[in-house]
Amino acid sequence: MTADAPRQGLSEWLQSEQPASRRQARLGQAWRTWLAFTKNRLGMVGLGIVLLLVFVAIFADVIAPYDPVIGGDLRTLRLLPPSMDHLMGTDDLARDIFSRVIHGARLTLMVVALVAVIATPIGLLVGTTSGYFGGWLDIVLMRITDIFLAFPRLILALAFVAALGPGIENAIIAIAITSWPPYARLARAETLTIRNAEHIDAIRLQGASPARIIWGHVTPLCLSSVIIRVTLDMAGIILTAAGLGFLGLGAQPPQPEWGAMIAGGRRFLIDYWWVATMPGAAIFLVSLGFNLLGDGLRDVLDPKAAK
Amino acid sequence: MKHVQKLVAAALMCTAAAFAPVKAVAETPADTLIQAWAIDDIITLDPAEVFEFSASEILGNSYQGLVGYNVKDVSEIFGVIAEKWEISEDGKTFSFTIRPDMKFASGNPITAEDAVYTLQRVIKLDKSPAFILSQFGFTPDNVDAMIRKTGDMSFEFEMDKPYAPTLVLYCLTATVGFVVDSELVKSHEADGDFGYNWLKTNYAGSGAFSIRDWRANEAVVLERNDNYSGEAPPMARSIYRHIPETATQRLLLEKGDIDIARNVSAEEIAALSTNADIVIEDGVKGSIYYLGLNQKNETLAKPEVRQAMKYLVDYATIADTIMKGKVIPHQAFLPRGFLGALEDTPFSLNVDKAKELLAEAGLADGFTVTMDTRNTNEITAMGQAIQQTMAMAGITMELIPGDGQQTLTKYRARNHDIYIGRWGPDYQDPHTNADTFARNPDNSDDAASKPLAWRNAWDIPEMTAKADAAVLEADASARAQMYVDLQTEHQQTSPFVIMFQEIEVLARRKNVEGFIVGPSFNDNSFKAVTK
Amino acid sequence: MKTSEGHHRALPTVLGKAMRLAATVVFTIFGLLVVTFLIGRVVPVDPVLAVVGDRASQSTYDKVFVELGLDKPLYVQFSLYVEKAVTGDFGESFLTKKPIIDDIARAFPATLELATVGIIIGTLFGVPVGVWAAVRQGKLVDQVVRILGLVGYSAPIFWLGLLGLLVFYAKWGLVAGPGRIDISYEYAFTPKTGLFLLDTAMQGQWGAFRNVVSHIALPAALLGYYSMAYIARMTRSFMLNELAQEYVVTARVKGVAEWRIIWVHALRNAAVPLVTVIALSYAGLLEGSVLTETVFAWPGLGQYLTNSLQNADMNAVLGGTLLIGIIFVGLNLLSDFLYTLLDPRVRRRT
Repeated sequence: MTADAPRQGLSEWLQSEQPASRRQARLGQAWRTWLAFTKNRLGMVGLGIVLLLVFVAIFADVIAPYDPVIGGDLRTLRLLPPSMDHLMGTDDLARDIFSRVIHGARLTLMVVALVAVIATPIGLLVGTTSGYFGGWLDIVLMRITDIFLAFPRLILALAFVAALGPGIENAIIAIAITSWPPYARLARAETLTIRNAEHIDAIRLQGASPARIIWGHVTPLCLSSVIIRVTLDMAGIILTAAGLGFLGLGAQPPQPEWGAMIAGGRRFLIDYWWVATMPGAAIFLVSLGFNLLGDGLRDVLDPKAAK
Repeated sequence: MKHVQKLVAAALMCTAAAFAPVKAVAETPADTLIQAWAIDDIITLDPAEVFEFSASEILGNSYQGLVGYNVKDVSEIFGVIAEKWEISEDGKTFSFTIRPDMKFASGNPITAEDAVYTLQRVIKLDKSPAFILSQFGFTPDNVDAMIRKTGDMSFEFEMDKPYAPTLVLYCLTATVGFVVDSELVKSHEADGDFGYNWLKTNYAGSGAFSIRDWRANEAVVLERNDNYSGEAPPMARSIYRHIPETATQRLLLEKGDIDIARNVSAEEIAALSTNADIVIEDGVKGSIYYLGLNQKNETLAKPEVRQAMKYLVDYATIADTIMKGKVIPHQAFLPRGFLGALEDTPFSLNVDKAKELLAEAGLADGFTVTMDTRNTNEITAMGQAIQQTMAMAGITMELIPGDGQQTLTKYRARNHDIYIGRWGPDYQDPHTNADTFARNPDNSDDAASKPLAWRNAWDIPEMTAKADAAVLEADASARAQMYVDLQTEHQQTSPFVIMFQEIEVLARRKNVEGFIVGPSFNDNSFKAVTK
Repeated sequence: MKTSEGHHRALPTVLGKAMRLAATVVFTIFGLLVVTFLIGRVVPVDPVLAVVGDRASQSTYDKVFVELGLDKPLYVQFSLYVEKAVTGDFGESFLTKKPIIDDIARAFPATLELATVGIIIGTLFGVPVGVWAAVRQGKLVDQVVRILGLVGYSAPIFWLGLLGLLVFYAKWGLVAGPGRIDISYEYAFTPKTGLFLLDTAMQGQWGAFRNVVSHIALPAALLGYYSMAYIARMTRSFMLNELAQEYVVTARVKGVAEWRIIWVHALRNAAVPLVTVIALSYAGLLEGSVLTETVFAWPGLGQYLTNSLQNADMNAVLGGTLLIGIIFVGLNLLSDFLYTLLDPRVRRRT
């Protein structure tokens, strides 16, 4: 109960009409965004699913009742239907599918996180450099970006994986290589609007190097819109990774990657439907979560689109 | 969410319904045999180049060789296009006489000219399977003199050494020995290519069926050859349809859209065995599944480790579960049915014994190793099962999956630790496997020939000499004993964990009878199929 | 006044844009060539081995090594590659032993047919649903359409395809199975255009036509659903935009019937950006076909590409990738052009 009072105070402080500092104003803005977001029921459901994914990924070892890779007795525990012992049944190598799905959450989270970590800086670097300097550098960089955009993403990723060899690391690299161009475009557009702003001019006059201006002052301003865009793309990243896994070019057996699990269970679909269905449901749930979250965020941050 | 699901279902169903609901057609034409098979391995229909399973079978039904053997007992060799043959005193020259009054599908008569042209063509084109003939000392330069016409219906075949007669004859039963219509092929020659570019996708044979059409990754269509010298086949047409998925093949079979499903997995065998309309048939094939342990890896080079590995595969369980009905445990390099095949299976899963052996090698705590695994369902499943039993003795085995070409590139460069492979014999003579598993004439990195023993860097001058001696032994029973001895030694000392022999399984509609599953793929025959 | 000025400016804009686009296309295609060439060089597969197979003798191997030009320096190999690609020669497939261009010419109609039926389904369902959602903005229908769209974005297409096959084909027998046509109909007609629906209909083979329809129904419905999700969403937002315009208010005041305002006036204006959206999602279906074709054993470009990939048939992979890239660029251009040509801002307010 005692905790309530300060929180009340905090809430008031955040929503104050006359913020005393810039920090208070910014935090207040964030708080109001959050409040608006909490009113979006679907968005909250999405957030819940994503948080669940993170939770499951962290505590996979505790939650999963069996080993995800080492199976049981091949003679007695193969292809069992869902039951209390095996919530989602077992697969052709007598492994518990529930445990594999749980551990698969880690791989999925890893893919999403690494792609974001690799693709975002590339996109920012290319986009801000291109936008800030303009001229021939802009033309060259944007043409390169266009070449990447000209390819259907999955097909380019396929070609890259073919070159690098199948495997989850290579799938991540391939997806990252194919997903930065839209971020570069976005960052460039933002940079174009910022580069002649007064405070940037002021910094330039103080003699700061272009590299410092770009990284220290332009990039942070582009960051938020790029991050939102990355969040919106997460479901797409998950589906692409699963598609690569399904084609046998992403994560490799015995890794419990969901797409690869569907591919593995495909042969048994008619008689043992659960082997392919369960991991598919997991992909669906998680990417729905990211989509709902992204949709909610867009509504809140870009009210024009929502109306 | 419930609404959503209903809506999705409704939308899908509406669309499907709007497009016309169909009844299952469920009957194939009475004079046509339709088979579903993964035929994406076909790259050519030229007998001088064919080396693939499905193409071999297709040629086996549409071409004829000089000689053939009884598929039930391969030791019984008889003439087909050759009526008879004689072997010279020194054992180096075969004199063949061609059977009279036989015709190609084109109507051209079969003569010695065709046989000589066929064999010379193989050597001169020098495609992948040419070694089957060139191992007898033929080169593009000398072949005109060594294989020579002596009359309209007779020719001589002279080799550099007196090879075992059965070896020579078996090699001639391979697809490279299938006689082509020289007149027809010559009429399509361009730039001295021996008609290679034409024959790749066309047909010039004399078998029971003629090949009408091959569409890569789609279908192969054969039609009855009315000029065939043997008994006319009951089917007017035989179609192979490319269906890569076993589950799809099974559905098509159950619905009666096809007559025979050629790729059947262990699970499908179980599911189909309860269907009264469907019969499962099988036959033992010569292919062998094995692990190759690279001797360049210091750990795997220790004899105790090699031996321990042989105790860490659960042969019986794999053969009874994930590969049920598809393999039988087999632990020597000659498959059952071959002259001198060794059928002992001294190894079974024995973790304690393996741990003991590892301790002797100073590796009581196990070690870490990688295995290159081809990304097919069955190889991957076996790889994972082996990974699990290896782990029981503390061996951490990491699987490195890749497509066939990738794993093979690595294997041939000797860059692997362990390779899980499948080896099929090229012809019915024991030398085909002895040559690769037990011969390694030159273990240096730039060796000209790269048999399996070389790929695993297993340097065996003495065993190579023994294998060479067996090739020149004319007496069959003495030769058989030589191979048994060779395998017994090989089984215990080699860096090969030989695990299984393949069984070919097919599922057919009950009324489709007479398909013969032979020991090699060019022996599979649908000549006598009725329905 | 505005009009005439706009009209004068419109032409040079279109021309200038065309020039710029042409330059972009040339540059982009050159880029595609560089990327595919480099990919082909780093693949850990011995190209000679892919041709001669495992058991060839060393002399056979050496012969093919020279034949493939692998003894030449890299830049020579690249210029040869470009030279050949420009003339439409992407080499020979190791798998089919046919020129890549022939293989693709045969696979492409299958993909085209599937994607076309898919986009038709997507448009037929997507546009009305989107309009409906816009009219009833914020109501239950709107929410349902929104969720339906999100579900479409979220479900892996290969998984839905598998479940669809399981239920509609294996269990209920409502549609035909994988493949384009039953084998018994395969020789009933001559594939002239390669679009089986057209071929069978033109030759009056109605039995075969029905069979083709029942084969294409499920995969096309699936692709249709995915494009529907996108088209409905975009239609909704364009319609909301139009419905807020002055002319709608004017029309209402004039007493024009509401259905007429929505389905005739507003939709006609919304149709212009919609064309772009549909063209883009048509291009998207090409991409979606890679996975769909794998599931439905559909002998199109997607299956050709994945099959080649799994067999390390790099000529086919690179040729296929390059061509799909070019088609993609083409469709993008087309949608850009359509937009420029149809852009109503010049004409609308006359």
